[in-house]
Amino acid sequence: MATLTMAQALNTALRDALTADERVLIFGEDVGPLGGVFRITDGLTRDFGEERCFDTPLAEAGIVGLAVGMAMGGFRPVVEMQFDAFAYPAFEQIASHVAKLRNRTRGRLSLPMVIRIPYAGGIGGVEHHCDSSEAYYAHTPGLKVVTPATPEDAYWLLRDAIEDPDPVVFLEPKKLYWAKEEVDLAPRGAREFGRAVVRRAGSDATLVAYGPSVPVALEAAAAAALEGRSLEVVDLRTLVPFDDDTVAASVRRTGRCVVIQEAQGFAGVGAEIAARVQERCFHSLAAPVLRVAGFDIPYPPPKLEHAHLPGVDRVLDAVDRLQFDDTPDVRHLVKGAA
Amino acid sequence: MSPISATALRRAMQSFLPSLVPVRFVAEDGTTAPEPAGYTAPDEAQLREAYRRMVIGRRFDTQATALTKQGRLAVYPSSRGQEACQIAGVLALREDDWLFPTYRDSVALVSRGVDPVEVLTLLRGDWHCGYDPVATRVAPQCTPLATQVLHATGMAEAMRRRGEDRVAMAFIGDGGTSEGDFHEALNFAAVFRAPVVFFVQNNKYAISVPLARQSAAPALAYKGVGYGVRSEQVDGNDLVAVLAVLTAAVDHARAGNGPFLVEAHTYRMDAHTNADDATRYRDAAEVEAWRTADPLTRLEAHLRGRGVLTDEDVAADREAAEAFAADLRARMNTDQQVDPLELFDHVFAEPTPQLREQRALLAAESTAQEV
Repeated sequence: MATLTMAQALNTALRDALTADERVLIFGEDVGPLGGVFRITDGLTRDFGEERCFDTPLAEAGIVGLAVGMAMGGFRPVVEMQFDAFAYPAFEQIASHVAKLRNRTRGRLSLPMVIRIPYAGGIGGVEHHCDSSEAYYAHTPGLKVVTPATPEDAYWLLRDAIEDPDPVVFLEPKKLYWAKEEVDLAPRGAREFGRAVVRRAGSDATLVAYGPSVPVALEAAAAAALEGRSLEVVDLRTLVPFDDDTVAASVRRTGRCVVIQEAQGFAGVGAEIAARVQERCFHSLAAPVLRVAGFDIPYPPPKLEHAHLPGVDRVLDAVDRLQFDDTPDVRHLVKGAA
Repeated sequence: MSPISATALRRAMQSFLPSLVPVRFVAEDGTTAPEPAGYTAPDEAQLREAYRRMVIGRRFDTQATALTKQGRLAVYPSSRGQEACQIAGVLALREDDWLFPTYRDSVALVSRGVDPVEVLTLLRGDWHCGYDPVATRVAPQCTPLATQVLHATGMAEAMRRRGEDRVAMAFIGDGGTSEGDFHEALNFAAVFRAPVVFFVQNNKYAISVPLARQSAAPALAYKGVGYGVRSEQVDGNDLVAVLAVLTAAVDHARAGNGPFLVEAHTYRMDAHTNADDATRYRDAAEVEAWRTADPLTRLEAHLRGRGVLTDEDVAADREAAEAFAADLRARMNTDQQVDPLELFDHVFAEPTPQLREQRALLAAESTAQEV
């Protein structure tokens, strides 16, 4: 057991992957001697050489397109997009090739590659550095989409992503890079990739969260407990594959559900989750499934991001609207917003 | 910093720059042009083989167009008039090299030995890529423009890093050179010294948009110099020249000297596809003028003039091409049954629980329809 930040856990996962498999390569912008702008690749070029971890020219489509060719050619590239919004130039490569090559070729070619993307807000970043871009990737068939919420998960999910036979978009919540915990890196038995986890058991309602929203959900559950309300927190860990079983089992137990996401709400991953819960758990639900999300606005400037990001209060307000006292909740009619 | 002398700069520039005029070995009437400096003409056996392949390639192309008119193919982008490029690109490569083609390069695939029925799977609509890219070292024909050029660079870089002396060649059109991925690929390949050949078939039109609307460069081959990529331009309807230059380019890459850009000046004789009407954007006179530059008749005249090709040879090649077309017709005139449930099989190595559910749903629908 070691106490690691998420950044250190990711760095350790990359080191261990480089050691375990000589086909693993790491490349991107500033990932070499600098160690990446968030230092996730710190020391890798020094310890593994330019052959295994190297800088590329500054062009995201180029980085992902190169990775496609190198994966076709037998390597297992792990590439870094420097920030969420800077990954957009690579979107054609991701949507048209990374996601589709196995299917286009009837399984004759696969692309074992990982696209790491620091994402989401909460760090006071200026514009184009804080987008929650998970829905774009989750909506694209053929991509696995991962977002860890704890250092230990970050380590194992990244190891699993690199070993996966299919391409993985690995979304790293920037604001959690410096969160610390005791991490168990001892080899495990069965792979948990694709399974959600119950972070906190509860009986009154289920909070479904992922990535940067998981600590918010846990904090809300702790606060609710002081008021005598028992909230369960489910951490999805992988958006694709989506673990319907764990989510539905929790909601059937609690009968109520709030989905939390930092991203803007419209057509977001949270909407998909709310729909899936409603489709599977209708007879167990005592109240409508509610969403707590960012507003449908371009990501705010640093001084205003607090107004946008779903915090504990917004989550607890949603929990309050889960009709515990069985009286019709008309607030949304009065305010004109659900 | 020590200043670089103008002479040294000029020498560096010139090492990347293409010839002022496209490299040419054979004039339009088939007579031998003055041999261009720096390139070796292919030997007679290679040229004889190239002619045979061009005859089959042309016949394949016209057959595919006919199959489209008969409703057997959804669409077909013809490369008629570009056979010198299609065949030379393939002949310049070794069997273990990789080819990254576009949707217009079916003739090259056939010449590479890919089963023509598997080449046409995409256009027939049975699946996307019908052949095995690993077994043929031919990437799936690429529709999103210029994206394949980066894949070729990645593949070349993978082979270089393993210490193999293999090369990747990316085909691209004139329109594709306007896409960002083309420029990123040139830049990445130059920085990594990846053994990749960028082969631009400048057929003068991107669907309807003429070259002048695509680029103001003196020639597309000049786009290499800014990236430090050795570049050349060639008469794309002169098989001898295209093969000579591409062979030099492949040798350059294979020897570890980095990437090479070749622009071939050619012409798309047919419309963009059968669904396009080329009379809306170009004159019949222009097309007619290019007819006199036909690459197949030019090579035939040239080889006859050199005594390499006889009437019997020509007749035999045409007969072989007819047999090839007849076999293709017969095999394309049967309906393929593709199991719709296969749609779920290749999304991931292991289907997700959701895909399993959806597969079961479609299976149930199919069963219900059969009852």
